[in-house]
Amino acid sequence: MNHDPHSVGLVCPQTAHFSTPLTLASGHVLPSYELVFETYGTLNQQASNAILICHALSGHHHVAGRHHPDDKAAGWWDNMVGPGKPIDTDRFFVVGVNNLGGCHGSTGPRSINPATGQPYGSSFPVVTVPDWVHAQARLADYLGIRCWAAVIGGSLGGMQALEWSIRFPDRLHHALVIASAPKLTAQNIAFNDVARQAILTDPEFYGGDFYQKDAIPRRGLRLARMLGHITYLSDDGMGEKFGRLLRSGEYKFGYDVEFEIESYLRYQGDKFSDYFDANTYLLMTKALDYFDPGTEWGQGDLARALQRAEAKFLIAAFTTDWRFSPARSKEIVKALIDAQKTVSYAEIESAHGHDAFLMTDPPYVALMHAYLNLVALKAGV
Amino acid sequence: MLRSDLQLIADWIPARSRVLDLGCGDGQLLAYLSQHKKVVGYGVEIDVNNVIRCVSSGINVVQGDLEAGLSDFQSDAFDVVVLSQTIQAMRHIEQIMVEMLRVGREAIVSFPNFGYWKNRLQILQGHMPVSETIPYDWHNTPNIHLCMLRDFEALCAKNQIEVKERVVMDGGSRIDFLPNLLGSLAFYRIGRAV
Repeated sequence: MNHDPHSVGLVCPQTAHFSTPLTLASGHVLPSYELVFETYGTLNQQASNAILICHALSGHHHVAGRHHPDDKAAGWWDNMVGPGKPIDTDRFFVVGVNNLGGCHGSTGPRSINPATGQPYGSSFPVVTVPDWVHAQARLADYLGIRCWAAVIGGSLGGMQALEWSIRFPDRLHHALVIASAPKLTAQNIAFNDVARQAILTDPEFYGGDFYQKDAIPRRGLRLARMLGHITYLSDDGMGEKFGRLLRSGEYKFGYDVEFEIESYLRYQGDKFSDYFDANTYLLMTKALDYFDPGTEWGQGDLARALQRAEAKFLIAAFTTDWRFSPARSKEIVKALIDAQKTVSYAEIESAHGHDAFLMTDPPYVALMHAYLNLVALKAGV
Repeated sequence: MLRSDLQLIADWIPARSRVLDLGCGDGQLLAYLSQHKKVVGYGVEIDVNNVIRCVSSGINVVQGDLEAGLSDFQSDAFDVVVLSQTIQAMRHIEQIMVEMLRVGREAIVSFPNFGYWKNRLQILQGHMPVSETIPYDWHNTPNIHLCMLRDFEALCAKNQIEVKERVVMDGGSRIDFLPNLLGSLAFYRIGRAV
């Protein structure tokens, strides 16, 4: 174990405590909060080589490496982050952070509200992508990073990278926005709402205050995850992997698991409901729904919003992604070109649907290598 | 060193202009222009490996299919739009020519001249021509819309496109005498006729 020269090896999460109140988009004020984060590589003298990795809906700060030698799985983007990998920890200082409202250690609905001594539960305020970016900027201050060499994210993470470029134009040199969108479509919001309804109507949810009841709205979370998972895969990919395969080879004429795809989805749902927090899931989907920088910064015109940006952009999408299709990425590209910004766009052929941003399709890896090499040159590393 | 046909195009592009290079390949032209003429711009390229090459050399590139049109680009967004040795392989030629002059004030188009004497000779000998500028056998050529200088000029006239300048080359030298016969590669600087 851990002799892999391309792995960051054993890593240890850290916690930053912030006692300056944070005013959220909703108007709520978080008097104090904690962010859990991990770092890989070394921050150079000029602090010019820092990269922030923003996570997606179910992600967290554990981006690469392992916490224990016998961990079965490495961090969620271990294939992209490590020595010699595209996000090369021999050159960059890489920061992964669990967002506010998360359930992996940063202050969220599961945390104890210092004012009451009870878990926040339903009283945890709704947080938005701009709120996260705000909190991330404070983490950057805490780490002594004035300007990121790059802010990188896929899906909901890409939205954070885009928001960074508009909210703090002089605090990043590059934004990598992968398999993302400038705002959700009605169809996307609809998927999110079905997922939320699954959780909200679970009798074990107790209006969000299930912690005190020693309950877990497992069924709701499971359904939400199963639905989400369908939208992360492509029809082709799913067909190739599962087709109409039956577990026992014949129809049972009942409602138990029969098709392999059913078994797979239920397994994914079960696994997810073991560790993910229902309130966090609700929050994350709301953050997705509300994200709309074109309206917030440009009166409905994304190009106008992006006038502020100073970063260089890489936008990437995947051909079979229908949750955030290439057409959505191209809206960002068009706005950036209209705003005369520096941008490149790649549409990677992949069978992996939305999940492709986590995979290692060779052109995707080559693209990331090429772009991050530019980022490194700019950072002087 | 820039390829000689690209050098001719580069010489036509004013310093500090905004350029859109359609079918930009590995980004050679844009790289030269940004280095030597402080030009800013974007390339459009369909092949992902070329896209990656452009990214490697720091060229702005947008992966896309020209046949889908230029709707990603606003009107009058560019000073010059370049379409280098690509038009003969395109399906919707009139559409792209009109679109080029919508998004750009001026366009530069280059293409192999089918009227080149070596091509004519091979046809007389009973074969589809294969030459330096049309280096494909008839059965595997990407070229579907080959033309001669006069054909191209007629199409321009039909679409109210003004030919501002024309240069015809063969093997790196300029051909001024009987260009439609002696030239293998044609370059046009075109604009909207008013």
